[in-house]
Amino acid sequence: MTMQAFLHQLASGLASGSIYASLALALVMIFKATHHVNFAQGEIAMFSTYVAYTLIKAGVAYWLAFAITLVGSFLAGLAIERGIMRLLRNAPVLTAVVVFIGLLVVFNGTAGLVFGQTIQEFPSPFDPHAWYGTTYLSPHEVGALAVTLIVLGVVFAFFRFTRLGLAMRAAAESPESSRLVGIRVGWMLALGWGLAAVLGAVAGMMTAPIVFLEPNMMGGVILYAFAAALLGGIDNPWGAPIGGFIVGVLVNLGGAYVVGSHLQQALALAVILAVLVFRPSGLFGRTVVVRV
Amino acid sequence: MTALLELERVDAEYGATAVLRGVSLAVPDGGMVALLGANGAGKTTTLRAICQMSVRTRGAIRFAGGRIDGRATETIVRLGIGHVPEGRGTFHSLTVDENLRLGALRRTDRGIAGDRDRVCGYFPVLASRLRQQAGTLSGGEQQMLAISRALMARPRLLLLDEPSFGLAPVLVQEIFRILKVINRDEKMSILLVEQNARLALDLVEHVYLLETGRVVASGPPQQIAADASVRRAYLGQ
Repeated sequence: MTMQAFLHQLASGLASGSIYASLALALVMIFKATHHVNFAQGEIAMFSTYVAYTLIKAGVAYWLAFAITLVGSFLAGLAIERGIMRLLRNAPVLTAVVVFIGLLVVFNGTAGLVFGQTIQEFPSPFDPHAWYGTTYLSPHEVGALAVTLIVLGVVFAFFRFTRLGLAMRAAAESPESSRLVGIRVGWMLALGWGLAAVLGAVAGMMTAPIVFLEPNMMGGVILYAFAAALLGGIDNPWGAPIGGFIVGVLVNLGGAYVVGSHLQQALALAVILAVLVFRPSGLFGRTVVVRV
Repeated sequence: MTALLELERVDAEYGATAVLRGVSLAVPDGGMVALLGANGAGKTTTLRAICQMSVRTRGAIRFAGGRIDGRATETIVRLGIGHVPEGRGTFHSLTVDENLRLGALRRTDRGIAGDRDRVCGYFPVLASRLRQQAGTLSGGEQQMLAISRALMARPRLLLLDEPSFGLAPVLVQEIFRILKVINRDEKMSILLVEQNARLALDLVEHVYLLETGRVVASGPPQQIAADASVRRAYLGQ
């Protein structure tokens, strides 16, 4: 094993980690607001990617298609919360889980029905010979890393510095107190769903050129995102991206040097198991003690 | 004097549990009214009924002349009601400053920064804690923060649910003194729920006494305090 190969694995681990990071943040956002883990997040992201693909095939310029897809995903996330999840506000956890799995199957099946099961090549907006390609990272990996970091930065700035972001954080922490300061909590949850769908769409569009576009493309990615979200602490939005990068590097290095590329997904499961057994609150999460 | 808030034969229930039966009361514009009673009498429920917080009501609740019963909590508070709830309703993971900004979230005028200075003038300890997580404040500081957060919205009516709960006596006296100032100087109407009857009687101009969900006595504090059964039950005399 050469140093160069090691650095290459490390760098591309960071690049794929950035994709897990945005999907993990989407999971954490919905978890913080509703205490549900959205198992359908990856499939919604896959569907968004198909929408982008259809637009690009129809001749829309890449970045315009990218922007339209983000807006469409936002509205779709909003609609899912208003139309479906709102009815489950007081439902038992298992009911929500079943609905999430239902959504997963519906999105997966619909994508297969509408767009077909054949594997498609999804274009990268980054020229494979661009100057920003390095020995260790292809231009697409550099570009995906940059796009993800920008999106994460915008999302964090939104939550940190805007009134709406503050209202959303408040609604996630205490719905009742939020209503007492005049916040429409239901709409804040819907906005959270919209934003999560946007993050998922970014992850999907950045993943597709690497894994190819097909209805099951996010199956592996969502698993890594779960591991990332749990590792960072499922209730900590700062932990999610860090967890994403750690999982990306761990899986890449482990796949290259320890277990082989076929068992990479098992590494994600090992991370999930290890976190749940040894540190359920994750690296940066808060331990919640419930008095009964 | 016209009533800013008026409850007319209000029943309230949580699910199948009836808590209030035919409660009628009024808070005059600019007035300060106390709602007294033992644990479980329905004091908190009365405040929750006004803001329609997960409680079903029958009967008319009017604020500033309009019916508010049956409307959403967030719509009611936007009309100008500041509710300092039982347990203070602090956003623990947010900073003191963010808690205060949440109070003024619905406002778009330029007076917000000035109002923050004003409430920090009432409670100077908050000024030194603006960047601190609200969950790390002491109970008394959290109570001050809860009142301040409600004030930041510039409400016409302030509902206070046991502001003395769990606080040291000196602190309680200080908070009650400030409430008096707010009521007098800002013409803010106040409906105060208290278990500490003695303190409340010194402060307000009208008292309602609640027992198992009904108003059993009402009148000026002197009259209520003179009532022998009240003295026995609430003042320990």
